[in-house]
Amino acid sequence: METPPTSKTTAAARTDPAEIETRDMLLNIGPAHPAMHGIIRIVAKLDGEQIKDAEVEIGYLHRGFEKMAEVVDYNGVIPYTDRLNYVSPLINNMGYCMAVEKLLGISVPERCHYVRVILSEISRISDHLTCVGATAMELGSFTVFLYLIKAREFLWELVEKVTGARLTVTYCRVGGVKADLPDDFEGPCRKAFAETRKVLVEADGLLTRNRIFTDRMNGTGVISAEDAISYGITGPFLRATGAEYDVRKDCPYAVYDRLPFDVPVGTRGDNMDRFLVRMEEMEQSMRIVEAALRDLPPGPVLVNPETGRPIPAAEMVDLAKMGKIEAITGGCAVACPTLGGSGRDRHPSIATDEKRVFLPPKEDGYGNIEGLMQQFKLVMHGHGVRPPKGEVYFPVEGANGELGFYVVSDGSGSAYRVRVRPPCFAIMSALHTLLVGDMMADMVPTFGSVNMIGGELDR
Amino acid sequence: MNTSSLIQSVTDRFRDAVLSSHGWRGDATVLVRREFLVEVARHLKEDPALQMNYLMDLTAVDYSSFGKKPAPAFFSSAGVAVRPSSQIPDEAPWPGPPERSRYAVVYHFYSMAHKHRLRLVVPVEEAADGTVAPVDSLTGLWPGANWLEREIWDMFGIGFRGHPNLKRILMYEGFEGHPLRKDYPVNKRQPLIGPVN
Repeated sequence: METPPTSKTTAAARTDPAEIETRDMLLNIGPAHPAMHGIIRIVAKLDGEQIKDAEVEIGYLHRGFEKMAEVVDYNGVIPYTDRLNYVSPLINNMGYCMAVEKLLGISVPERCHYVRVILSEISRISDHLTCVGATAMELGSFTVFLYLIKAREFLWELVEKVTGARLTVTYCRVGGVKADLPDDFEGPCRKAFAETRKVLVEADGLLTRNRIFTDRMNGTGVISAEDAISYGITGPFLRATGAEYDVRKDCPYAVYDRLPFDVPVGTRGDNMDRFLVRMEEMEQSMRIVEAALRDLPPGPVLVNPETGRPIPAAEMVDLAKMGKIEAITGGCAVACPTLGGSGRDRHPSIATDEKRVFLPPKEDGYGNIEGLMQQFKLVMHGHGVRPPKGEVYFPVEGANGELGFYVVSDGSGSAYRVRVRPPCFAIMSALHTLLVGDMMADMVPTFGSVNMIGGELDR
Repeated sequence: MNTSSLIQSVTDRFRDAVLSSHGWRGDATVLVRREFLVEVARHLKEDPALQMNYLMDLTAVDYSSFGKKPAPAFFSSAGVAVRPSSQIPDEAPWPGPPERSRYAVVYHFYSMAHKHRLRLVVPVEEAADGTVAPVDSLTGLWPGANWLEREIWDMFGIGFRGHPNLKRILMYEGFEGHPLRKDYPVNKRQPLIGPVN
């Protein structure tokens, strides 16, 4: 029978740690890994469970956005911008369109600004919901993930109501937006916010004082404000370190300078602070939308003088059959939910009056020669929106930070160069400093709080 | 500082380095000689009146086919095509791309303390044999420049002197050419290769 090793021999083997052979282990995580939401590869050098070094490799989702933007016309780039940060496409739409508008030197009507602000804040909430939900799910709180995705669903229904699509919305146009808000927008919006607030309270109760969650979030993935700034990090990630920079406050665009909101900042720059900053930003975004809905300048509305309601297409046909044409002459019908707001009546309030930039309302495009010519000159090959020669940079506050568009025009119908400053590129370039020194398991919450979006990172 | 005083302060400090400047559409822009880049950037970062602590963006433009597309008659490509808005200041037209240089490396700086932005444009020449003059790396001043410079190397083939790890970032190691150069065809295909290691 074999004798068990005596305590003496074990103790002898442990006496001199220098004699124990240790080697660093290389661990390859990704490009497709369950804990990596996004295609990215991290080669980590491990000492036991501690990360000694990490090499981040990106580029797996490169689709040549910037090259394609040089080929298609100015409005043709907008669908591509949807696919940059596909969790909040409306902010990308807005950033690109405002950059081209600056290049053109035109301004949009006030109502259009408000509509853009409302939709980009709704997108910001849905982006933060996704980020917080995914982080929570990776730390074991699958329930929270489902709750938050439920809330996102309410918001996406709103987005669908306005744009006709949930994800690839392509809503903004150079010089305006595709269509006005639907008439029954405010009620569903308030209802969706009430539901979202309920979900946020639930998520807060399930996460913020949850030992398992807080122990893994507190003190992991720490970055100082100086380091964050030197890496060019912006957005909630920067604000969690205590540095206060928000494009909406510091370089206000659209109508953000008129809307009340606070910029939440953290103190420690760890995963927990980033989570709390995002939770508070959602509330602030709802505040912005509510104020914007209150201040929204009224658009001209065509109503049936008999019923006092807007005229749907079917009703218009009925009215015409009965010969009641005085109610509909010169007006337009609510054709379909997505195009309803872009008729002749709403057009001036959502689009620039510059005829060389924006398409005419459909009634004019189909109904008279001036409208047809305007449409032709904008959509036919070899024509289109033509900004003067020049270069501009325009930043907006994306969900992850400063989203900038640098556009160079050579006076032709397509951009000479479009450059996106993707907010999570800066964060990803600093990711190795966040990981080094932490445990292997801390990579999961740290990577979750980065909110890496492959679409905008790799373009 | 506003656009004109920003340009003025940089121009006064670096008379030899500044090639030209403009404030088109309110974006303060200074063209700087390649050799003076690091000196100017350090001044922007450390001068108390400027305090440009952010390197917001770093990109490049290949100007080799600029203005060579035929301009249709609908909009004349010269002058202001569309009525400028009263909100956006625009006194003089854009002076045009840097002369005699194929590339321009474009830096966007931002100051958190003063809330002003400055664009630095560094013209980069290409020799007759196709070699591109290298630009000094800013990784010593902003570590965030590391990946951004790698991206420019990847997309344009502009080298950076003093960069610690200049290799491709978005494309793969075996990729041939630099896709954002104007002479790289948009529909060119390259064989997909397997992993290197």
